[in-house]
Amino acid sequence: MGLADKPNTFRGGPDADGHYGDFGGRFVAETLMPLILELEQEYEKAKADPEFQAEIEHLNTHYIGRPSPLYFAERLTKHFGGAKIYFKRDELNHTGAHKINNCIGQILLAVRMGRTRIIAETGAGQHGVATATVAALFGLPCTIYMGEVDIARQQPNVFRMKLLGAEVRSVTSGSKTLKDAMNEALRDWVTNVDDTFYIIGTVAGPHPYPAMVREFQSVIGREARGQMMEAEGRAPDSLVACIGGGSNAMGLFHEFLDDDAIDIYGVEAAGHGIETGEHAASLTAGRPGVLHGNRTYLLQDDDGQIAEAHSISAGLDYPGIGPEHSWLHDMGRVNYVSITDSEALDAFQLCAKMEGIIPALEPSHALAYVAKLAPKQSSDHILLMNLCGRGDKDIFTVADALGVKI
Amino acid sequence: MTVVGGTARIDARFAALKKEGRAALVTFVTAGDPSPEASAEILRALPEAGADVIELGMAFTDPMADGPAIQRANLRALASGITLKKTLAMVATFREHDTETPVILMGYFNPIHAYGVEPFLEDAKIAGVDGLIIVDVPPEEDDVLCLPTMASGLSFVRLATPTTDDQRLPQVLANTSGFLYYVSMAGITGVGSVDASAVDAQVKRFRASTDLPIAVGFGIRTPEQAEAIAGVADAAVVGSALIDAIAEAAPGGTAKVVEAAKTVTANLAAGVRRAERTDKIIRNQL
Repeated sequence: MGLADKPNTFRGGPDADGHYGDFGGRFVAETLMPLILELEQEYEKAKADPEFQAEIEHLNTHYIGRPSPLYFAERLTKHFGGAKIYFKRDELNHTGAHKINNCIGQILLAVRMGRTRIIAETGAGQHGVATATVAALFGLPCTIYMGEVDIARQQPNVFRMKLLGAEVRSVTSGSKTLKDAMNEALRDWVTNVDDTFYIIGTVAGPHPYPAMVREFQSVIGREARGQMMEAEGRAPDSLVACIGGGSNAMGLFHEFLDDDAIDIYGVEAAGHGIETGEHAASLTAGRPGVLHGNRTYLLQDDDGQIAEAHSISAGLDYPGIGPEHSWLHDMGRVNYVSITDSEALDAFQLCAKMEGIIPALEPSHALAYVAKLAPKQSSDHILLMNLCGRGDKDIFTVADALGVKI
Repeated sequence: MTVVGGTARIDARFAALKKEGRAALVTFVTAGDPSPEASAEILRALPEAGADVIELGMAFTDPMADGPAIQRANLRALASGITLKKTLAMVATFREHDTETPVILMGYFNPIHAYGVEPFLEDAKIAGVDGLIIVDVPPEEDDVLCLPTMASGLSFVRLATPTTDDQRLPQVLANTSGFLYYVSMAGITGVGSVDASAVDAQVKRFRASTDLPIAVGFGIRTPEQAEAIAGVADAAVVGSALIDAIAEAAPGGTAKVVEAAKTVTANLAAGVRRAERTDKIIRNQL
């Protein structure tokens, strides 16, 4: 892409039809079109309503526990011997990850729209738990679709969702993971159009979901800027976040996209290694295509059949990525890199031992990239990483990978 | 005789049926299910058994708008090695024997996106494909596929659903040809039963806005249901019932599969033809 195509701002998208350059859009069945048009209208109205914003603010403060702290990871900084490393501690949110930020916004919208039933898809179970949580908070029945494979590797979260009163439906079609859970949730929505609100968990799906989820997650970046000003008197020099669909990354990045001096890194899951073909790195190794309502980079074969993704982290195990990331990739604004399962496992253990924080496997990918990036920087370089989830849910997976029986 | 393809072939078929005074039977099968060989033979047998229009499914890993029966058919077809190229080749072989039965390819956008829209349309036309039904490309995204398809002389058949209200209908009818496909219920394929009187009301609503023939699908499984729909619409579409019969017969080999597809189609065709008189009466009243 030539310099002439560089927009005046990277924060202006999407256009009125939900396009980020060639990406995004509304690729859904006709049955759903009127619903997503209505959702877009209601969302625009809500966004402009101070009462809606006040409700979000109230729940952010008193229910989620925002703002999440900005934490100087002093021992890791010394260990890596380079950049000054800060964590945005979104793993300290109620329910243990950034996912709740989005769910609070969408459930308030569902209530405004008079919907009486909630559905969602989940991979690692973090979005499922966050959705079940807000459904419980507002007394709405809730059905979570989860792949059979993910149910097996995320038992603690399955039980949490059930405790919260949600029905967890096992998805046995296709690869039995996140993409199939999303197919099944879409099938439910198309069948129950009158009463059901679909809370999508990431910055993907048909417009307005990618823009709306980004907006609800942008609280991360806004807080971080203020907190960094207080701590260091200036903005960070680089940002690092992991990417499955990409909602925690969009939530951190969006605030800083027009700060030209800031280097931004999105970390995809390289699974067993890009060269093995068993990974979830849509931008690194995929091609543009259309799935789940949007045009974006996808893992697919030459015939346009969707490939199965692989990552040790169920939350990154998705063959697509949010369309805004695809656009930022093509524009060259964000650097998309990848980290393997074993590199993430090392970072997971390092963080636990050095900082007393057990991170989720998802942000362990971000930390593994920080381990590569930080030593190359000078000591006045400020690096901000989004620690978007805690690792309690992953201890069985990690034990298994390390050959430990618990 | 000049062979006319594309929209013209669809129009010719519906015009001929109108003269006969009966509705069309539209059958849906997935290309490559259960095997490329059996699938090619099924295709050839369908018109003989009474299918007036053929919808041929382009297999896709993630058929989001389809129920379990068609999902499984997609996966069977992919496991048997079907590709979009082979699907087009199957149509070309079909055309060696049949130049009159319209063939509409139905499926999802991504395989076409991967093939490339322009090369795909060119190859589809050469193969003898007459139109497309692409479930996940609504009017809002017309530029990417619908308009190039129409410009190439193929039909882009649009879906209308119970959620398509009067405000939205003109947009659905704006860039389309061939026929209008009314999805009789909000939901996925192969689940639930059609309500003929509710369909009747909807079809009348559409007739006020378009001269296109109106086909009705979703929830039509039996000859009786096909008969009821053929009495109120211009075509009855049957998919999952046929797919189920194919799946059931598949372990018995190609001959059994073709036989099963023929039997189901013949029974449905008989149902559609029984509706003839009712249909004429309705038309005369209009």
